[in-house]
Amino acid sequence: MPTVEFKGKTFNVDEDGFIDDFNGWSREWVDYVKESEGISELTEEHWKVIDILQDYYKKNGIAPMVRILSKVTGFKLKYIYELFPSGPGKGACKMAGLPKPTGCV
Amino acid sequence: MKHKTPLLDQLESGPWPSFVSDIKREAESRTKNAKGVDYQIPVDVCDDILGVLELTYVHKRTHWKHGGIVGVFGYGGGVIGRYCDQPEMFPGVAHFHTMRVNQPGGKYYSTEYLEKICDLWERRGSGITNMHGSTGDIILLGTHTPQLEEIFYELTHDIGQDLGGSGSNLRTPSDCLGKSRCEYACYDTQALCFDLTNEYQDYLHRPAFPYKFKFKFDGCPNCCVASIARADMSFIGTWKDDIRIDQKAVAAYVGGEIKPNAGAHSGRDWGAFDIQKEVIGLCPTGCMAWDGKKLTIDNPECTRCMHCINVMPRALKIGKETGISILVGAKAPILDGAQMGSLLIPFISAEPPYTEIKELIEKIWDYWMEEGKNRERLGELIKRKGFQKLLEATELEPVAQMVKEPRTNPYIFWKEDEVEGGFTRDIQEYRKYHLR
Repeated sequence: MPTVEFKGKTFNVDEDGFIDDFNGWSREWVDYVKESEGISELTEEHWKVIDILQDYYKKNGIAPMVRILSKVTGFKLKYIYELFPSGPGKGACKMAGLPKPTGCV
Repeated sequence: MKHKTPLLDQLESGPWPSFVSDIKREAESRTKNAKGVDYQIPVDVCDDILGVLELTYVHKRTHWKHGGIVGVFGYGGGVIGRYCDQPEMFPGVAHFHTMRVNQPGGKYYSTEYLEKICDLWERRGSGITNMHGSTGDIILLGTHTPQLEEIFYELTHDIGQDLGGSGSNLRTPSDCLGKSRCEYACYDTQALCFDLTNEYQDYLHRPAFPYKFKFKFDGCPNCCVASIARADMSFIGTWKDDIRIDQKAVAAYVGGEIKPNAGAHSGRDWGAFDIQKEVIGLCPTGCMAWDGKKLTIDNPECTRCMHCINVMPRALKIGKETGISILVGAKAPILDGAQMGSLLIPFISAEPPYTEIKELIEKIWDYWMEEGKNRERLGELIKRKGFQKLLEATELEPVAQMVKEPRTNPYIFWKEDEVEGGFTRDIQEYRKYHLR
């Protein structure tokens, strides 16, 4: 598994650019990944989504369904795509350090 | 060839078109590069795909890694990421992502269009395709991540073509060829398919559902796109009035002038056409009669199975008052068993702008998006919550046509307001008449 070094931190990532360990996440990771996810500057709203994803994952061990993410953040799906152009799975979950989405994708 | 492929080579013999020969031809064409194409992924991608497949034949195990999350900005689906688990041995297929491209209705093409797709794919992909995926999409098989946005840009800007669906969303709808070249088509399948595909683009490109959801459109109950088995919501053409009978043509069938089933069984001698045996006697409701001269159909008893029309297409025609039956819930076995569509709407008109149909779709989605569990198909939600709950959500009255047979168990739920006195009772009141 390739490693990435950024601002003194090291991350193990897979081919899709997801980190292999949620506990290895840090704010530097978000900084490192944002450009490849089509985001120039992170706003409070980006962080709100990331924080909520992380809280939900810590509590439930899975990522929330899209519907729940919308409900909790108050952001419509359309707005989530405005924040994260590759969507809640590839974009937001990757930045939040959650495991890669699986199933019939 | 770059790799030895003794097992695959065996599949070049025999009469059926060999996928191995085809891929080898593409590999050769890429090596020669007679047109001077500026290949954007390894030239030997086709050699490597045969190499990894040969290894799979030897090991009898797949050599693709689990999953893969790639895509294009703005969309949450459309690309199926895939990575080889032997990238050093087969660098050409280290990345081998599949792109789904939304096909046109009935899969009618012009050469010009297909050539444009091929030129794009030859340069930026493997040159290998699947025409088409089971859901309907044009499948572009095998490219590398940096090419995805490039391909998407050229598809949309130069060819006017969008991606198809993948993930927990509305998948690419597909249709039978309908009125374009079939006299059985009860509505314009391609028009409805196209209209709904455009109407629900957001649901197709940005996963918002508990799980996948598919539409399919069949012009008649013959179901040439198999909507009843392969779509969460199946639209199947039908009619309300009488089957149109051309008695002269019936006589021509009986007289042997016209071949039954349009000659579909000509490969074998089944004897002379016997209308009694092959049509009247096979009618599932027994609603037909033949007195030697005249064919009659008791239309109110006809279930429109299509058999008589299929056997005598030149003598029998679908009615004139046509529309659609809508069935819901078909799915493959995972998790709780395979299902075919269950009848929800016996008859609905199919005229643009299809307002009634869209209202129904949106009611079903509202219900399923609210109640559906993670990765629960509509068919499973119906099983879990009951068909009745779906009727409430869609504001439909239950009718006898919605069941094959009434329930046999007596575990019947009543709503509180249907029961005189309600559900709140006082045990002391009961004790006044019944001592402990």
